[in-house]
Amino acid sequence: MINLLFFARLRDDLDCQQESLALPEEVTNVGQLRDLLCQRGDKWQQALNMPGLFVAVNQEVCDWNAELSGGEEVAFFPPVTGG
Amino acid sequence: MIIVQEQDFDLQAEYSALREDSPAIGAIVTFTGLMRDFNQGDDVQSLFLEHYAGMTEKVLEKICAQARDRWSIQQIRLIHRVGELRPSDQIVFVGVSSAHRGDAFAACEFIMDFLKTQAPFWKREQTRDGDRWVDARQSDADAARRWQKD
Repeated sequence: MINLLFFARLRDDLDCQQESLALPEEVTNVGQLRDLLCQRGDKWQQALNMPGLFVAVNQEVCDWNAELSGGEEVAFFPPVTGG
Repeated sequence: MIIVQEQDFDLQAEYSALREDSPAIGAIVTFTGLMRDFNQGDDVQSLFLEHYAGMTEKVLEKICAQARDRWSIQQIRLIHRVGELRPSDQIVFVGVSSAHRGDAFAACEFIMDFLKTQAPFWKREQTRDGDRWVDARQSDADAARRWQKD
């Protein structure tokens, strides 16, 4: 199982803050995970293709090739606006 | 010292903590970010600051470690508030003490520039026309890029 987290505008758009997901065998990296989630429909397709979308694995920002083996915390979030 | 908190902070207390009666310190630079009541042409009544607990602290630690690698710094104190804020409230504090002002000025600005573009905080504004998420600014990305070494 991986623990999915969504923040800020992304969470509002998807109406989802957190979800536990059993990782299908064929999904081995973050880009493939995004593709899988996009198959859920237009809402997901649109939200997960927003400009500047960040993905973090175990609380570290990474690129779409980052590998997944199950058990990770994967967070998707929009560009940050603190300070 | 890095703290993410809902409560306000006291500038004098932070300054005193940075000073720590050490004769090795020749300069203290502090920055305080405040909430404006105006953004993108609209009156903003209040602001909600969301963050990714856990990751936020890790990112801030990393930024401060990079500043320490780059400049000679005695102490860093960084406070970022979360939750509900009103116009003119203090949002963020960065204080750096050092033997010389050049290091303290540079490190303080470096920390703020990277906090703005890397630390997972998000602002949601409440205006008369409803709530909206604040968009990231290109000028902040440009400010962080200035620090890249050739």
